[in-house]
This record gives sequence, structure tokens and C-alpha cells, in this order.
Amino acid sequence: MSDVEGLDLGVFNAGDADTMTIATDKPREGDSAPTYEPRGPLSTQLMAALATTPETGEGMLASFVPAVERVLGSTRDVIRDEDIQLALFVLYSVHYGGKGSADPAWEWNPVTIAARVAIEKVFERELRLRVPVAALPPAKAHSVAAALFELAREDSGPSLSQYVARTASREQLVEFLVQKSIYTLKEADPHSWAIPRITGRAKAALVEIQADEYGGGRAERMHSEIFAGTMRLLGLDPAYGAYVDNVPALTLASFNMMSMFGLNRRLLGAIAGHLAAFEMTSSVPNRFYGNGFRRLGFGPDATWYFDEHVEADAVHEQIACRDLAGSLAEDEPRLLDDIMFGARACLMVDGWVADDIRAAWASGKSSLRRAAPGGDRGAS
Amino acid sequence: MIVACPDGPLLVRGEVDIFSTTGEEIQQNRKTIALCRCGVSTIKPFCDGSHKLVNFRTEPPEPEATT
Repeated sequence: MSDVEGLDLGVFNAGDADTMTIATDKPREGDSAPTYEPRGPLSTQLMAALATTPETGEGMLASFVPAVERVLGSTRDVIRDEDIQLALFVLYSVHYGGKGSADPAWEWNPVTIAARVAIEKVFERELRLRVPVAALPPAKAHSVAAALFELAREDSGPSLSQYVARTASREQLVEFLVQKSIYTLKEADPHSWAIPRITGRAKAALVEIQADEYGGGRAERMHSEIFAGTMRLLGLDPAYGAYVDNVPALTLASFNMMSMFGLNRRLLGAIAGHLAAFEMTSSVPNRFYGNGFRRLGFGPDATWYFDEHVEADAVHEQIACRDLAGSLAEDEPRLLDDIMFGARACLMVDGWVADDIRAAWASGKSSLRRAAPGGDRGAS
Repeated sequence: MIVACPDGPLLVRGEVDIFSTTGEEIQQNRKTIALCRCGVSTIKPFCDGSHKLVNFRTEPPEPEATT
């Protein structure tokens, strides 16, 4: 032990300990305070506190956890509650870092953690209540893969992708990108939380998928980066969080669900199942999305994101269903239930998001909370 | 290494060169690739998931279960 202590001292002797503490606490450039438009008492109180450091802001959150409990107790639908989902989105941002993530000292603050856990408890319970119950497949890789393919096949209701391919206007394509940007500018990140928590062949499979998501060593090929390029071409701002104020609670809930599954080790099965379902319902719709952009005169630069996913996700779905979800179920059968839950939750919530967008468009309305500024100056 | 995915593509891991019949090298954008074997893909030789739309089967259907 003394050797270790000596080594530590050696490292710390390189600089003044006090200075180092201060330097470590200093937010990185870009770790800005969340400055979204509040949607109710919780997001108002939370963002006011997170604009400061825990030393000054903790007092502002003295009554926060009881307030969270009260709102959770009275909400009609936690999944579509604007105030709750924005507060949860902000609480997850503290863990992700970057724009809107607040001072990193908040990350393990007991009050923000307690608030997040309280919301997650009700959010998860509601998801489990509403996800359709079905018989589980045997905990064998090929059986789990077959069951997941069957789930994905059944998930073919009124299709947003076909509407985009055939009918959507240019303004609706812009809206579609705004809706998508909440997750896609962080594409793959929520599932990466699972990497250190998973072992063996399932880990190798997850890393194989994620490495491709992150561009296979080429930053310009990172899926989030390719998507940012499409946003720019349609006149949108690709800075993270630029359109949080524009999207409804359900869009935030779809991303919050992934963050919850990814950040909680007890939900490892659910994040694996989520990724599998996501990949298995991607390659065909992305062909249609690309067709919609081509129909309106956009070139290969703008459709690269969708074209990339046609090819990539035809690979990823095979790895995700058999080598990731299937192997995980075979190696840890107790996770089977949550693997199927995660997959069904993905299809259910993202199905609702697509239904809401379609319903708004069918009645001649915008699917956004408020119209996105810009977005109509891109050249086609 | 090639994995024959049930009712799906051939998953290829490891370095391979792919050429068209006229000798042009076909560019590969990722380390692991999926090659179409249902014949319906719009991005051949790569898979685009179309096998799911045409119910492509690599095995004969299982006989009806008898009670």
C-alpha cells in the first residue's frame, strides 16, 4: 500500500494540490449551463440551479426532490409530461457532458441523483406497464434472434418512412431532421454506457457495432457527424441541443429512455434489446428516408446519412440480434426478460413518436412544439 | 470469416477484396460487411435488409406441427 501512496504523492507533487482541485472542478469549454425554455416548475427550478455551481445552487434545490415526487404523483402521463421529460433530459445531460450539461460537479450531486432516480422509477414502471406482454423465447442465441426479427417484422404500422419517401414537403423534411436531432447528434452514445458492464462475445459484438457507429477510426464518418452535415445542408444548426425547445416531450422521452437503459447497470438487458430493435428497424426505413430527400432534389451529400444506414444497419442488425442480444441471453439467461422488454419498449415509444408526427402532418399541422427557426435556406 | 445468417446475408469479417465482373474494385466502407444473398438488394453486392420484405428463406419451411 505504501508504494501506491508514494506513487500518488509523486503525481500530486507535480502541482499544488489546491490549484489542482480548482482546475479539476472547472467546467470544460462547451460544458455550458442548460438554458432551455422551462416547461413547468421542475425544469424551471432545476435549470436555475444548474446555471450555478453546487456550492451556490444546492440551496436552490432544497425542496426539489419533494417537488419532483409531487409532480410525479399528479401527472396524467409521465411519458408525455413536458416538464418531467425536460427535467430528466437535463439531468442526463449532466452525465453526457457538452452543451447544456452544466458544471461537472453536479454529476454526482446527491440531490440531482435523487431527483433522477425518482423520475426513472416512475418512468420505468410506466414503460413496463405499457409494453405488450408476450411469451419469452428460449434463452438461445438463435431463438432470441428469431424472436427479435419477428417483433421487428410486426412493427410495420402506418409508416413514417413511406410518407417521407412519397409525400413529405421540404418543410416536413426539416421538421423530421429536427425531431431526429435529439438522439442522432449523440448517435450510439446511450448504448456505449453498456460497454464496460458487459462481457465476452456480447461485448465484442457491441464494440463491433459501436466502432462502426463512431466512424471506424475516421471522425468524418461518425454517424452523428454525417447527420450534422445533413442538418447544415437543410439550413439547420447542428449544435447539440439547438432544437430541444422545439420538440415535444415524447421525443425527449424516446432519448431519455435510452439514457435510462444505458446509465443503469440493472437495465443492461434492456439497453441491449433496445439497440437490437433499433438496428433491426433501420435499414429499410432509411432507404425510404433517403428517397424522400432525393425526390425533393437533394444530392448525395444530404442523403449520405440515410444511405450509410441502409448498408451499415443491414450489418448491425445481424450482429445485434444474434451476437449481442442472443449471446447475452444465452450467457446470462436472467437478462432475457429485459432484453425483450428493451426491444419492445424501443418499438413502442418510437412507434408513438412516428404516429404523432404522422397525425400532425395529416391534419396539416407541425409536429413540433414550436416551429424551428431557420431550416429553409438550404440549397437543394 | 464468413457467417451465413439464417434468412439473411453473408456476414464477412476480415480483409477481402471485392471486384465487379469487369475487374473494378468495389469500395468497402466498413470492417464487417454483409453480402446480399436474396438477390433483391438495391446496393448489391451489399445487403440492404430487403430480404425481410420478400420473406427470403435459407432453410425449407419447418413442417406443420402436429398435435
